[in-house]
Amino acid sequence: MQRMKLLAVNAAWLIVPFLVVGTIWEIVARAGIFQPKLFPSLVTIFDAFVRLSVSGVLWAHTEGTLVRLALGFLLAAVVGVLLGIAMGRYRFAEDVFLPLVSIGYPIPGLAYAPLFVLWFGLGDLPTILLVGVASSFAVIINTWKGVRAVKQVWIRAAEVMGATDRQLFRKVILPGALPYILTGMRLGLAQAWRILVAVEMLTAVPKGLGWMIFGAQEFLNTDVMLAGVAAIGVIGLLLEKQVFERVERYTVVRWGMLTA
Amino acid sequence: MDQTIQVRSITFEYESDKGRVLAVENVSFDVADGEFLCILGPSGCGKTTILNMLAGFLTPTRGEILIGGRPVAGRGQDRGVVFQDFAQLFPWRTARRNVEFGLEMRGVADAERRETALKFLRLVKLEKFAESYPHELSGGMQQRVAIARALAYNPAVLLMDEPFAALDAMTRDEMQKQLTEIWQATKKTVVYITHNVAEAVYLADQILVLAAHPGTVKARLRFDLQRPRDPLSAEFVAAQRELLGHLQH
Amino acid sequence: MNAPRSYVWRSVWRGAAGIVTAVILWETFARSGIFSRALTPELKAIAVTLYSLIADGSMVKNAAFTLWRVLLGLFVASVIGVPLGMLMARYRAWERFWLPLVSVLMPIPTLAWVPLFILWFGIGDLATTLVVTYAATFPMIYNTWTGVRSVNPIWVRAAVSMGAGQHAIFRKVVFPGSMPYIITGLRLAFGRAWIAVIGAELLASPTWGVGRVIFDAKEFLDSEVMLAALVVIGAMGLLFERVVFQKLERYTVTRWGMLAPPRV
Repeated sequence: MQRMKLLAVNAAWLIVPFLVVGTIWEIVARAGIFQPKLFPSLVTIFDAFVRLSVSGVLWAHTEGTLVRLALGFLLAAVVGVLLGIAMGRYRFAEDVFLPLVSIGYPIPGLAYAPLFVLWFGLGDLPTILLVGVASSFAVIINTWKGVRAVKQVWIRAAEVMGATDRQLFRKVILPGALPYILTGMRLGLAQAWRILVAVEMLTAVPKGLGWMIFGAQEFLNTDVMLAGVAAIGVIGLLLEKQVFERVERYTVVRWGMLTA
Repeated sequence: MDQTIQVRSITFEYESDKGRVLAVENVSFDVADGEFLCILGPSGCGKTTILNMLAGFLTPTRGEILIGGRPVAGRGQDRGVVFQDFAQLFPWRTARRNVEFGLEMRGVADAERRETALKFLRLVKLEKFAESYPHELSGGMQQRVAIARALAYNPAVLLMDEPFAALDAMTRDEMQKQLTEIWQATKKTVVYITHNVAEAVYLADQILVLAAHPGTVKARLRFDLQRPRDPLSAEFVAAQRELLGHLQH
Repeated sequence: MNAPRSYVWRSVWRGAAGIVTAVILWETFARSGIFSRALTPELKAIAVTLYSLIADGSMVKNAAFTLWRVLLGLFVASVIGVPLGMLMARYRAWERFWLPLVSVLMPIPTLAWVPLFILWFGIGDLATTLVVTYAATFPMIYNTWTGVRSVNPIWVRAAVSMGAGQHAIFRKVVFPGSMPYIITGLRLAFGRAWIAVIGAELLASPTWGVGRVIFDAKEFLDSEVMLAALVVIGAMGLLFERVVFQKLERYTVTRWGMLAPPRV
């Protein structure tokens, strides 16, 4: 009984902020201070969301965005982990690549977008490449740090127990660096996600949430745009909660290398 | 298996900003099969350097080390090492999988590995915690897992670098008692580094007292006290006093 | 222990080798004809363009506008984010009201809002600056909130036992105690604002701005100007990351031993 009550109170607390903001939004929308076309009521937005979902338009755009995100991130993860490990393990690779990575890192990937369009044309290819390049830096740097942070005493212990170079790498360095690698991937995915939507607006991909929002601007379809933003918010939240927190829970949190 | 250690006048020098530093000079000793040797000395006396040369992490500048009659060249499974740092266990492996590591390196089959690991965990009284991760164990328990891990692949000698130094006094007493039992059960040759006089008297057959800068052997002592040793007995206290005398000048 | 000098030199040497390799690769790529010359200009052409853009003052003006937007955005974000984060950490009701909103809005990429902001605030300066502010505010709120909650209760108790009142506790314990997180927040906020400003300048076309330069250059297929602008963006980003924030950290939290010094 007591628990039910507590649950109800917590749920109420979760709803209240949205209720308040929603009410304010609704009052402003209906007061007619702004054109209804530019500041639609929540009913209209919800309507658009449902309409787009039922007709499958929203799904098609979401699918396009997710596929691009997956491919771009995959590119970044593979290249980033390999390069990061090489830099962590071999001083030569570190000396050669670190300056390049340090110079490339602070340039927002989005700034390359027009250049990539010039080189690779419009559409999927420049989008995926750009997202991949932009998000690889976080993966590279964190993987490199992770390999460097592997404790000397683990390496010594493994060596004294007869580990060969390959065993040392697979059974000690890789798991030892995993907390950092996962952090890098998490940051990389977040970065990929942040720029993907904007890149879609610039590369005129056939289907994608960014493009949907951008296209709707032409026709002042604010309701469609806000429905798109809502979809983007839901995906972002799911990526964070469902994908990464799960992976971490089963690995580094369980090993006590990171507190949840 | 020949479990003797012979150390023949080893010297260790290294390069630093201020030129060459002599860390260990002309140290010799023998450890018989199944003997427990403590190397005792103040901090900076080079005792860890000696252990690192025995383990194969460092190569003596001059001199020779023989284990089981064969000269030491690099690292090898003929030695097990227990470090002071609790972090030596792999956090991503359970206690049992940590203990299995050495056998895994040797390509031992799953079932056999598991059985051996459990046997050694039983030896250190931790069979109940076989499936726990290191962070779920106390410091004393982690060090016991480390001992089991170092013994599991059956090395000829066990090298221990102040394994209990970071434990509280009560836990340490208990660990010393258990280590004696483990040593008597496995009949391993042990080289144990410490800076604690009572610990050396409690554990050792033979004690090597080192002087610092550079590390040289100052005295070599044997106390034939009955085991299990009683730290409150007159002989024990007398032995401690004698050792202290050697350390102080 | 300091690395011997020979190591340091070898690293410098190899780092230089890395950059030289990259330069040679670019030159080969540029001259290979895989892409037309117009799309991949040689380094010399980029350098000449960059020089002329700086010499005629246009690049300086564009960079100044971009920088101004970022600084303004960061300032407004701090003014909103730090107090709000502190109130959230101090009062349960504030936390319960704001945290769900922050958690829902934070994962939405800022640039997804740009088309809407354009409709609401018109194309140009205002929309751009608001986008930057929006981007920077969330890390400020979130990190301040986390920072205040991370303040060691022992410090508060110690201050109370030495006779500190509410006000003094806040100013002399809670605020400096949460400083490492606030500075990290500022750093994150800059990272987000920096991406947002370039994106917003590309999409919302204000009159001036480095992003605008790139956008205009694209219309004329002028890759030399685009690459010159990229160099400027990189230099500004590096300057902030390496000089401004590292100095800030060194004089505050690193000096207090609350943050490990950076390893790079």
